[in-house]
Amino acid sequence: TVMAAPMTNDQSWFYALALGVSFLKCLLINAYHSTDFEVHRNWLALTHSLPVSQWYYEATSEWTLDYPPLFAWFEYGLSHIACFFDKEMLVVPNLNYASPATVLFQRLSVIVADVVFFYAVKECCKCLREDKGKDLLGKPSFILTVLLLWNFGLLIVDRILGDLAINKHFEGAFLFSVLLNLKHIYLYIAPAYGIYLLRCFCFTQSNADGSLQWRSFSVVRLVILGTIVLSTFAVSFGPFIALGQLPQVLSRLFPFKRGLCHAYWAPNIWALYNIADKAFSILGVKFRLLDINKLPKASMTGGLVQEFQHSVLPSVSPLATLVCTLLSILPALFKIWHRPNGARGFLRCLVICALGSFMFGWHVHEKAIMMAILPLSLLAVDSRKDAGIFLMLSVTSHYSLFPLLFTTQELPIKIFLMLLFTIFSLASLKTLFRKGGALLNPLEVTYLLGLIPLELICEFVYPLTVWQKTFPFLPLMLTSVYCALGVTYAFIRLYISLLTCSDTTKKTKMQ
Amino acid sequence: MENWSLFSLCVLLGLTSRWAVSFHSYSGAGKPPMFGDYEAQRHWQEVTYNLPVHEWYFNTTNNDLNYWGLDYPPLTAYHSLVCAYVAKLLNPEWVELHASRGYESHSHKLFMRATVLFTDILIYIPAVLLYCFYFCDGSSKQKVATALCILLYPGLILIDYGHFQYNSVSLGLALWGILGLGLGWDLFGSLAFTLALNYKQMELYHSLPFFCYLLGKCIKQGLIGRGFFQLAKISLTVLVTFALCWMPFLSDPKQPLQVLHRLFPFGRGLFEDKVANTWCSLNVLIKIKTLLSRETQLFLSFALTLLFILPSSLKLLSKPNLWQFKLALVNSSLAFFLFSFQVHEKSILLAALPVCLVINEIPLIAIWFLLTSTFSMLPLLVKDGLLLPYVVTSLAFLFLSLYLLSALERSTEEELRLGLYRKLTRHWLPKLNLSRIIKWKFWFSLVAMAALSFTSVWLEPPAKFPDLFPVLVSILSFLHFLGFIIYFNLVQLMEPQRKKSQKKTN
Repeated sequence: TVMAAPMTNDQSWFYALALGVSFLKCLLINAYHSTDFEVHRNWLALTHSLPVSQWYYEATSEWTLDYPPLFAWFEYGLSHIACFFDKEMLVVPNLNYASPATVLFQRLSVIVADVVFFYAVKECCKCLREDKGKDLLGKPSFILTVLLLWNFGLLIVDRILGDLAINKHFEGAFLFSVLLNLKHIYLYIAPAYGIYLLRCFCFTQSNADGSLQWRSFSVVRLVILGTIVLSTFAVSFGPFIALGQLPQVLSRLFPFKRGLCHAYWAPNIWALYNIADKAFSILGVKFRLLDINKLPKASMTGGLVQEFQHSVLPSVSPLATLVCTLLSILPALFKIWHRPNGARGFLRCLVICALGSFMFGWHVHEKAIMMAILPLSLLAVDSRKDAGIFLMLSVTSHYSLFPLLFTTQELPIKIFLMLLFTIFSLASLKTLFRKGGALLNPLEVTYLLGLIPLELICEFVYPLTVWQKTFPFLPLMLTSVYCALGVTYAFIRLYISLLTCSDTTKKTKMQ
Repeated sequence: MENWSLFSLCVLLGLTSRWAVSFHSYSGAGKPPMFGDYEAQRHWQEVTYNLPVHEWYFNTTNNDLNYWGLDYPPLTAYHSLVCAYVAKLLNPEWVELHASRGYESHSHKLFMRATVLFTDILIYIPAVLLYCFYFCDGSSKQKVATALCILLYPGLILIDYGHFQYNSVSLGLALWGILGLGLGWDLFGSLAFTLALNYKQMELYHSLPFFCYLLGKCIKQGLIGRGFFQLAKISLTVLVTFALCWMPFLSDPKQPLQVLHRLFPFGRGLFEDKVANTWCSLNVLIKIKTLLSRETQLFLSFALTLLFILPSSLKLLSKPNLWQFKLALVNSSLAFFLFSFQVHEKSILLAALPVCLVINEIPLIAIWFLLTSTFSMLPLLVKDGLLLPYVVTSLAFLFLSLYLLSALERSTEEELRLGLYRKLTRHWLPKLNLSRIIKWKFWFSLVAMAALSFTSVWLEPPAKFPDLFPVLVSILSFLHFLGFIIYFNLVQLMEPQRKKSQKKTN
């Protein structure tokens, strides 16, 4: 369609979109949960006022420091700027301190982080966009999902991907180590990145068909890589290792005491496992196979996060989850070792590693699924199958985030934003892959449409029924189980597409 | 992308920004004893629910007219009644007679905001979409861009979802009226406009253009034959609608008189507070409020209003088409705003609506006007604690509309509709580049408005002139509006012919 008013190029579209999103965030800034700000304020306070040896022992506030040391150093640096705004916010006992200057500082830091993030997204898209004629898709999905998360670590992911595209492997490795030391959640994708670097970088040449050429192993490169990674870790963890606090730091970073699932189960395998366990126990009691007194008290659907046992199926330990995770990502790592497919293959492996860790991990937070969706959105604009999987996964996971915004005031906002995102991605992907039939098969469409009655029941109908008082967490359970089905389905499909994809990147591109 | 997805994205963006603004404060929040417009609306729900109809507009023991007495026509009262029924279902405390005065709670605020959203979705937004769909030139992307710009007009969003009012109902009904007339459904259009009139009496600002347009159309169809019948049908529709709306009040002759007395409080004086119109601005130099007697004031206001409306209405009468109609609406409502009696700053929205409708044809001037109209309400918005939404929505509107409608590129003299004016002045000022002058004036005025907004919030006014900043804001806006009314009158009166054949084709 030709327009009366010419919309010039990619650039202006991007700025318009970025501006629009920023404005929306500004309007909604009053609605941001005070807990996020309080967490941030607490960390600023304790890094500023306490000596280093106390950082991981401090527990005045419930929001203890549970990010790696580099993030703590970053907060320390930020606290010196915060000094100029309001010294009182840096006093640790001042819980929930919220003077106007404090709030201003927090908001400014959000805005600055956003600006940096947008810049990074722009750079990333510049390298990855080969064909100017394409509609801009990856970016809106980046931006819209980030609306809920402001996860500035993702900017580094984009930089890494950008580096890959330009073959700046050293920089990429360094950035990734930094990333890992800022937020240990990126441990999810560390195997993928590590294997990829080893395979593509340390072995300088591949054979004609893409397979490994053992002779081309470069010790020099491996040593340099190792040095970069180890030195980053040393800078970050060094002081704590010297103080002998490593076990304490690790226990804060990986709180295994917290239980297999959140109060609200993340939609992964363990949600399905839990529901199966519940079903078996109920059926067992009904058919007199089990003695109701011998079963441990139902605490999984309770609100508190604590260790608990499964009644019928074997209980799951942290080690078991680790093993399952490794088993789930091993085939993908083998595939990328055997035949790396350049940036696309790496992205695919990245997605699978992130998803696998999400599916089988211990005490996973629902937000973690975003790590899988972002790389997937980059793949979605190039391949039809990936577009279908992306739609399934993104809609399901966005819906699974709904329980995080539970006030009535936020209800219209989350519905509008979700619809906005879904319609936008659906319509633009449809336009992109116009030829060749529908992106989603009927089963998938039914599943996605089923989210509408689910939302109506959980949000509107259920609170008015009698069961609201006796089983208050039933809607949450329903939501996580339903979404877990979708996520598992996407995981399986992704794996199948990885294992069956051909070796050349040309074949995966759209005609 | 397909049409449906573009339009739904546009609607969703409009809805999201509306609801996001509604998170913020409302008029009179936490300010006893009188509170503000929000409390007025809640009070009307209380009054209409608990009292019989014949007591609504009268001063009784149960109904103290000094505490936000009803001063809108019956349709507003019926709307409040419906809302009150819903409120009673949710929480009877919200509409308890006397006991609920000054009731403020989080859930009540949500309820009230939800009622605004509901009527908006029902009335205003479909009207805007249909208007853009049927009457916008250009590709579907252009139509959606226009719809988005209209939906993101900051003034209406801030007043309805911030300050708290139901302007979207009356403006939406008026828009349905315009739609009806544009599509040739005169009876439907008249019905819709009469309903709008019965919702807020300020719609009288729009009534003369409606009347002239319909009269002109009927005359063109021949005053003896079809035209006469058409006129009769329209008049009948209007009368019947009025009768239906006022039915409960027609039993007793005292009722309609009292209602009219509440609707048109001539006792109140030429103006209240700081409004960006002539009288308030003149009052800064000459204290006309005290100098002239009430009758002289009335006469002066009447005369000037008539002076500015007459040319535009006569032109419309002679040439009743949609373009003239829209311009006449602008001119008429602006004239009333600038020269009429007891004008409130929110009445600028009545002029903003028709300007929104010409945003596609004259983007730069329309955007300029819409921003000025929002700026003119700044003192009100600051008083309500709506500074952040004001800044964000105005900036968003400025950038998005300039970008989406390519306003700065489409500002040649031809496109600014000043071709004829240019031809006339060519004798005296041959080197005049109107387009460049107007663009410069636009940027300069934006800077002035931004500066004044900034200073009125951050700086303290000198002790001698505590009202300095609101006065400056209204004077600046007044000068702008004066310029706009002259511009729009020029465009309407100098229009030789609707140059449809010369429209941009791509």
